[in-house]
Amino acid sequence: MQLAKYMQGDVTVIALDGRLDSGTATRVQQDLEALVPEGAPVLLDLSRVSYMSSAGLRVLLLVYRQANDSGARIALAAVPRDAYEIMAATGFLDFFTVSDSVADGVTALSA
Amino acid sequence: MLERVDAYPNQWISGFGVRAGRPLPFGATIVPGGINFSVYSNNATAMTLVLFRRGESRPMAEIPFPPAFRIGGVFAMTVFGLDAETIEYGYRAHGPYDPADGHYFDPGRILADPYAKLIGGRERWGAPRDSMVYRSGVACDDFDWESDRQLNLPAEDLVIYELHVRGFTKDPSAGVAAPGTFAGLVEKIPYLRELGVNCVELMPVFEFDECEGARSDPATGRPLHNYWGYNPIGFFAPKASYATTGRHGMQIDEFKSLVKHLHLAGIEVVLDVVFNHTGEGNERGPTISFRGLDNQTYYMLTPEGYYYNFSGTGNTLNCNHPVVRGFILDCLRYWVTEFHVDGFRFDLAAILGRAPDGSLLSNPPLLESLAHDPVLRDCKLIAEAWDAAGLYQVGAFPDYCRWSEWNGRYRDAIRRFIKGDLGMVGEMATRMAGSADMYLRRGPAASVNFVTAHDGFTLRDLVSYNDKHNENNGEGNNDGDNGNNSWNCGHEGPTDDPEVTALRDRQVRNALLLLLTSHGIPMLVAGDEMGRTQQGNNNAYCHDSPISWIDWTLLDKNADLFRFVRCAIAFRRSHCALRRRRHVADSSPEGLFPALSWHGVHAWMPDWASHSRLLAAMFYGDDGGRHDCVYVAANTYWEGQTLELPTLPDGLAWHLFADTAAPPPQDVHQPGREPLLTDQARVHVGPRSVIVLVTHPVPTKS
Repeated sequence: MQLAKYMQGDVTVIALDGRLDSGTATRVQQDLEALVPEGAPVLLDLSRVSYMSSAGLRVLLLVYRQANDSGARIALAAVPRDAYEIMAATGFLDFFTVSDSVADGVTALSA
Repeated sequence: MLERVDAYPNQWISGFGVRAGRPLPFGATIVPGGINFSVYSNNATAMTLVLFRRGESRPMAEIPFPPAFRIGGVFAMTVFGLDAETIEYGYRAHGPYDPADGHYFDPGRILADPYAKLIGGRERWGAPRDSMVYRSGVACDDFDWESDRQLNLPAEDLVIYELHVRGFTKDPSAGVAAPGTFAGLVEKIPYLRELGVNCVELMPVFEFDECEGARSDPATGRPLHNYWGYNPIGFFAPKASYATTGRHGMQIDEFKSLVKHLHLAGIEVVLDVVFNHTGEGNERGPTISFRGLDNQTYYMLTPEGYYYNFSGTGNTLNCNHPVVRGFILDCLRYWVTEFHVDGFRFDLAAILGRAPDGSLLSNPPLLESLAHDPVLRDCKLIAEAWDAAGLYQVGAFPDYCRWSEWNGRYRDAIRRFIKGDLGMVGEMATRMAGSADMYLRRGPAASVNFVTAHDGFTLRDLVSYNDKHNENNGEGNNDGDNGNNSWNCGHEGPTDDPEVTALRDRQVRNALLLLLTSHGIPMLVAGDEMGRTQQGNNNAYCHDSPISWIDWTLLDKNADLFRFVRCAIAFRRSHCALRRRRHVADSSPEGLFPALSWHGVHAWMPDWASHSRLLAAMFYGDDGGRHDCVYVAANTYWEGQTLELPTLPDGLAWHLFADTAAPPPQDVHQPGREPLLTDQARVHVGPRSVIVLVTHPVPTKS
């Protein structure tokens, strides 16, 4: 799992690439913790996530909680279909703003 | 946070670092650095933990529990370096194989953990069993409940709606994204809110084996299922195929999400739980878990080692054995604490009062424990107070002033009354008044009133068939109850005869209106509010097909009926006189009228004669200074009758809420907007009809 961070205006975009499961979850969580800025809007680009397990979804929720604590808004972009369905069925989706694309997500967070 | 000093192995077995585990809690628990496995058996001589990589048929490791890892009858071991998400496990139990003595140990079998929180291998409904079936899985128990808690609705305020998770949304007409699942049910919450129910009772959701049994539908040749699921395999595990995320092992999260969403909608969750038997059947049944781990402890056995069969399914769980009692208590506490469940309905609960030899206990320790348990204190506990061996305890269940019961006598009385049986007026009155003959000490909410339940005819079929039609069940129509107290209204089954169909429509409304104005907790079966039929099948346990599934197109076809039920539920919820905490016989008078009075052709003069077919009740309550007065008259005679109404004091007037003789939409009115009755002195009740009146203040002239 590779992470890449870049800025789109005021929005910090973090792109995840690879599998997010119990094998990668701990490291991804630590990496995200380092990359997510305090108090500023963050967009997670999931378009290149090939698989997301229960542990992977928990990472997203933890990042959400941490961002929330620091007063930052967090959104997801381009959630793969399978992961989207799992997140919808388990209620995880209720926590996030979700956009189809990075551009839409940046717009939503900049509003 | 400081690391734990025991977060490291102190010996190696089969390539895995291990150390002596913690005996409590039982089951598999994620601990720092690894997973703690704890399993008990009072008769096993040794135990082996078998580990699998998820999705692989052969074990990745077998780790015998060293003798030093055993405390009493408990085998406990922490295994380090395991990934909870990608492993599954089971046990091999060593000990004597001697069925006559009650022992079935066979280390050749890999057994499921009775405390398994996930059960693998049954993620796809109806899939044939393979070698990977009934693997135990390790669960992540974290979930963001936010501020969710049990709702703790007053029991007398409940309107229970019994439903089957799969059948509720499996039919394509449900129009949901995840048909037949917990998530699919979430999509239907707006419907439940519109209907107005505030409690769903879910038919079994513990992992069960729907492929048990070898019968086929004689008409189609298709294999039949155990669709209802009253044959549990994993008491701690939500059924994987009831979760659209089951293939990802996320059924726990999905079920929690369901409970959370229902609570947000103000709807409680009661689980129908089966602790009277397991899915292992009798001597010829499969050995999945309990039989192989400690047969003598888990099952009621005859002196010769055979299974007692009080459940009618082959075996009987030894529920008053101290160990099994603990198992049941652990299980219920788990569902309450982990899943925020609001209550339980216990299938064939009379068995829970039986001793290990099957005899009836006067003070059954299991039932007493459940009644007084601190974790379960505010849970609804509802007993199906009979069993399959003839024990019938309705009204006599060991209740500890805590248990409610499915009131089978209410069901029988209302069915006989509405079809016009003679001699029923007195009993119907008793049942409408909360069955004080049985529940005076406990209050009306001890009585769960119902006309139909999953087991038996649907309401539409109750007025369309004299006899059951279970040919499709593959037992030559010999299964299912013969005593249905049903009446087909003049023609057996479907008909176009307008008189027959009109009468059926009326009889359905009569039953629903009486149910929803009776004291006690009303229970509806999903689909009855839209005229669901099973084509006369009164035992559809085996049909995973449109016979059992809800056909949502009925909602359009029978929109009038749905509107009627919705209004009747709303009416009940807006009248405290119908939802009493104590029986009227146990209450002091409070104002204008007695809390409940009986009437007839003449006001204040009920006719209790055996030839009477008329019952009129006036419920009265003081709703915070507002007079709450509801008059219900039921005429089961084939001609109409005119009744004198009780005279109201100045300032109050009778309004018409419902008249089942009137064609829709005049059959029912919006609660609070009932039209004024032109004649305040008398009212006409049509043939085989029920009317409900309500008082409103007379508007003062300005």
